[in-house]
Amino acid sequence: MSQPVLEARAVSKHFPAGRSTVRAVEDATLALQPGRIVALVGESGSGKTTLARLLARFYPPTSGEIRLHGETVKGKPRAYYSDVQLIFQDPFGSLNPLHRVRYNLERAVKLHHAVRSRAELDQKVTELLERVSLTPTEQYLDKFPHELSGGQRQRVVIARALAVEPKVLLGDEPISMLDVSIRLEMLNLLDRLRTEDGLALLYITHDIASARYLCDDIVVMYAGRMVEGGLKEDVIANPLHPYTQLLIDSSPDPERRDRPNLFDAEDLGEPPSLIDPPAGCRFHPRCPFAMNKCRTETPPRTELPEGRWTHCWLQENA
Amino acid sequence: MLKSWKVRIGLSILTFFVLLAVLGPVIGGDPRANDISSISQPPSAHHLFGTTQFGQDVLAQTVAGARGSMLVGILAAAIGTLIAILVGVPAGYFGGAVDNGLNFFTNLFLVMPVLPLILIVAGYVQGTGPFVIALIIGLFGWSGGARTLRAQSLSLSSRDFVLAMRMIGEPHRRLIFFEVLPHLTGWISAMFLHGMIGGVMAEAGLAFLGITDSGSISWGTMIQAAQQQSAVLRGLWWWFVPPGLCIALIGTAATLVNFGVDEISNPKLRQARRSVVVRARKVVEA
Repeated sequence: MSQPVLEARAVSKHFPAGRSTVRAVEDATLALQPGRIVALVGESGSGKTTLARLLARFYPPTSGEIRLHGETVKGKPRAYYSDVQLIFQDPFGSLNPLHRVRYNLERAVKLHHAVRSRAELDQKVTELLERVSLTPTEQYLDKFPHELSGGQRQRVVIARALAVEPKVLLGDEPISMLDVSIRLEMLNLLDRLRTEDGLALLYITHDIASARYLCDDIVVMYAGRMVEGGLKEDVIANPLHPYTQLLIDSSPDPERRDRPNLFDAEDLGEPPSLIDPPAGCRFHPRCPFAMNKCRTETPPRTELPEGRWTHCWLQENA
Repeated sequence: MLKSWKVRIGLSILTFFVLLAVLGPVIGGDPRANDISSISQPPSAHHLFGTTQFGQDVLAQTVAGARGSMLVGILAAAIGTLIAILVGVPAGYFGGAVDNGLNFFTNLFLVMPVLPLILIVAGYVQGTGPFVIALIIGLFGWSGGARTLRAQSLSLSSRDFVLAMRMIGEPHRRLIFFEVLPHLTGWISAMFLHGMIGGVMAEAGLAFLGITDSGSISWGTMIQAAQQQSAVLRGLWWWFVPPGLCIALIGTAATLVNFGVDEISNPKLRQARRSVVVRARKVVEA
């Protein structure tokens, strides 16, 4: 495997909430390689978005470090942003309703490239719109966000991020607010960007099916901790961590109908509060295989063949 | 916005007074000329608004006073609004230490006893013409507006589109003035109109207390002169009613325009159009 572009090493993020602390992300490690798509999967509140925002440097990690091209990042994030861009979940919120499409793209181009003339600027902007398949471009250039559909807005948002010519694109549930009918197009667009430009992509989602369609690797998060990761085929076909099994079981799959469900949906319980997370493995209150050890000690990372890893005492002891 | 009758009336009154202030010297006569033949006379064909104790034409004085009062009102509002923007928006946008500092500064001005301070400052400054008065009123009257703008930009600054433009590498200056500020135009115009009413009133108040230069003519100095000559006791109502009415009219006009601005920023306040009401009634009856 090649050298990762962007890495998170054992990062944690705690938010103060009155007198207590919300432990949103704990000890997360993640590496993004050029031309590869990593899916970060987990339910709401599992810390996916917090991790994306840590990688986008919206706030500093409480502990751990973020590395770009193998160097720890610090100081002003201006230079960082010419390599890393984030795509927000909500295409209705991430474009200023008062600015036209043209303004958004032109600002991004002007800030990152020495553009001499009006013609050169126009050409760049047209190219960007063509790359995200908003053609004929002149139809979209002078539109306001409210005149566009959700999918078109998300394309504008992606075009704006691409104007920077980044190496890494962080997608924070980029398709979850879009109509089901255009989600596939959007996934194909992201896939094309990965193949054509060799972008490193982080694809955050709670939808295993879209992760399976798009990505190369899957990382599963639960209650602020990473539980399992590896190649997508391996993780989906043979989930090792009980939580991954639960997650895969709870997404519909016609081929899996004959296999008995591991969990009884009735007594699944809820994910824990992140203010006072359970000691040991955070999944132990819901885990059918929980042992005494799981209640007291946090499971370490168990490395398995072919880049597989998991945090589970079952695998560590096996 | 122009469809609302409130805004139309308000704007036409304001336009009238602005025109009066601009064209005053052309249409009104000489406000200082003394007509010895008619002293303290009630309104007549010759002097439409009557004359003062000194034989000066009240109409000419009211027209000339429009210039002084409007100048102070608009200038004070402009100064106050500008300071409110420059203090409030960065405080809300940056947060943290910048916010603490600017907010402390704002609170300081918010709790300051403004009137005594204006008296003291006006006493120190020699020659209190309309510009100095406007400056003083503006400098002491921005804090409430700054608090409002701070609160608004605090919530705007964490919106996704600001974060997204920051990720593009947009500098803070442009984020404040091109992403956040345009969303505050409703608040700012309301603030300006409020400031204008406040400025006109404060000028009248200061003139009444005798702070302003009595040589300059404004509605405030007219009322003060009337008071000094006991116009109320002597029944010279035509001396103080016109300037008082003008101040009230400007206040009303600005408030009416403000209603319209409020309706833009808060659609719930909008009146239903007649056609909508009729349609709704038909549905209920059916």
